[in-house]
Amino acid sequence: MDFNELLTGSLQQALGPTAVVYCLAAIGLNIHFGYTGLLNFGQAGFMMVAGYAMVTMSTIWGQSLWLGVLVGVILTVILALMLGVPTLRLRADYLAIVTIAAAEIIRQVISAAKFSDDLGGQDGLTGFIKPFRKMNPFDEPVGIDGVVMWSPNDFWVMTVGWLLVVAACLITWLLMRSPWGRVLKSIREDEDAVRSLGKNVYAYKMQSLIIGGLFGALAGFVVALRSATVGPSFFATDVTFFAYTVLLIGGAARVLGPVAGAVIFWFLITVLDIAFGQMTAGADPIIPASIMDSTQASLMRLIFMGLGLMLLMIYRPQGIFGDRRELAIDGR
Amino acid sequence: MDAEQEVTGRTPGVDVEASRRALAGIEPTPGVAKPDPILVADSVTRTFGGLTAVDVAHLEVQRGVITALIGPNGAGKTTLFNLLTGFDRPDTGTWSFNGTSLGRKPAYKVARMGMVRTFQLTKVLSKLTVIENMRVGATAQRGESLLAAMVAPLWRSQEKANTDRADNLLERFLLAEKREDFAGSLSGGQRKLLEMARSLMTDPELVMLDEPMAGVNPALKQSLLGHVKSLRDEGRTVLFVEHDMDMVRDISDWVVVMAQGKVVAEGPPDTVMADPAVVDAYLGAHHDAELTFEEEEKILAEAEAEIQKEAQGHE
Repeated sequence: MDFNELLTGSLQQALGPTAVVYCLAAIGLNIHFGYTGLLNFGQAGFMMVAGYAMVTMSTIWGQSLWLGVLVGVILTVILALMLGVPTLRLRADYLAIVTIAAAEIIRQVISAAKFSDDLGGQDGLTGFIKPFRKMNPFDEPVGIDGVVMWSPNDFWVMTVGWLLVVAACLITWLLMRSPWGRVLKSIREDEDAVRSLGKNVYAYKMQSLIIGGLFGALAGFVVALRSATVGPSFFATDVTFFAYTVLLIGGAARVLGPVAGAVIFWFLITVLDIAFGQMTAGADPIIPASIMDSTQASLMRLIFMGLGLMLLMIYRPQGIFGDRRELAIDGR
Repeated sequence: MDAEQEVTGRTPGVDVEASRRALAGIEPTPGVAKPDPILVADSVTRTFGGLTAVDVAHLEVQRGVITALIGPNGAGKTTLFNLLTGFDRPDTGTWSFNGTSLGRKPAYKVARMGMVRTFQLTKVLSKLTVIENMRVGATAQRGESLLAAMVAPLWRSQEKANTDRADNLLERFLLAEKREDFAGSLSGGQRKLLEMARSLMTDPELVMLDEPMAGVNPALKQSLLGHVKSLRDEGRTVLFVEHDMDMVRDISDWVVVMAQGKVVAEGPPDTVMADPAVVDAYLGAHHDAELTFEEEEKILAEAEAEIQKEAQGHE
């Protein structure tokens, strides 16, 4: 086995643009689920609306990406309001149902053949990336020689992306140490108790949904910048579930949980991917073809990830950064 | 003492003795008018399917005293609590607090007006520490608005004042040692104490306690009794639901009895507990007579006649 490739490839992914995307999405879910107890299963929908808004402002209307970002933010807020107004007065399950459905509706509509002239259908949209790449200060590959390297474009996305992550973490930290964050955590514990103390629970849940959705929007922007394209396949439901996995690995309701979670998640999944790839490749593979061929091997990472998630939930349900004491309490 | 004076900011002018004296001359009949009612309810009804859970024609709660709400299980006491505090909506009726109508007011607005409740099944915020539980209770916090939240200097001084107030209350409710523990690690009785203390953080005028003694050990019960009395002594009005008759007799100034959704009696504790209507509601009409064979036959015959009559009525 080529351990150098294993390490290089895994580090590249663990710190690369994709990890940034899932980190931002998970920071949003952390606000929703970790702090407020809202079950948002449609984070991919928020990402998609924002990503497409930014790109279409450029491809259809010929506006700048900055304006696209602004429109994306506004549309994300509108989406959060549309999802929240009917469901946030109801039990938590309803938001989960509505968000997962809404995310799929958005994806199906955007990929519909009827709109493919403007929205590109299944192929998605390209041709907006130039202004972003023009700002790129890096003109040769960056990294540590012999350990890990990124292309100039990737490294530029990473720079912008990790700066966004820092900003998002800072905002989360500022909010969650404040009385506002305390109300959110209280809502997670018991809505009625908070209501009986004179807090407008509905308004707080709405604010939480919007802010978490906006972090999702940042993830959507980075998706588009990373790939220099947007397409419906980037925003399938498994994006949301991977983001939840990232959040749970790092530890919910911890500011840095999503960051650690994203890095670990992408490191492990790439290690598994490359390792199984190598073990089944070549004329005389380590794992004989009678047991597993290389197509089957590519699925092994998901199987192991699922197994790992189960073990995590059983033996360390609080995640990496979580507080064991909190879980010792079962108040309900 | 300083702390208590600070706590009672909202209710300075209530003369407890005068309020209690005022109750002395009142006719103990259901729905009787009080000289200075803080809470008035009129024809409040709530049905769940075919069951009328609450059907209160008229009820007034006197300011500055402790009023007990008693009644057998399923009498509608907790449902009435939920209706009055905005946690549930009645089918009909009007009710007002300090003269302001509360119809269709959401629960959080009711609480802000100074009418705060606790719950039968205690609702502490398990994964927050005791002191954080208390801080949540404070009203009008600047740091609870989204934009101000991110700028700590805007709310830090207020937070400190609230924390001092919370510490005083914890001291008073014997929870100071538990300050940094998670609320979920407290015992049942301590949770009741915490919930009561937390409700005081809102500086309420009317405190509504739903079974404050349920599941509390006898030693703690005594101190809880003292706390409820101290609420009255600092000028708050207390309305509480309770099954423990000793407690009701001990601390309440006025007792309201509910049965099958209606107010069946009210009056001073001693009068009410001697009231045959109350005894019937609690224990059934034949509780104190030993059942002889003839009587048993008679009751059975009566019951059968009734069943037959109903059966005929249905045909």
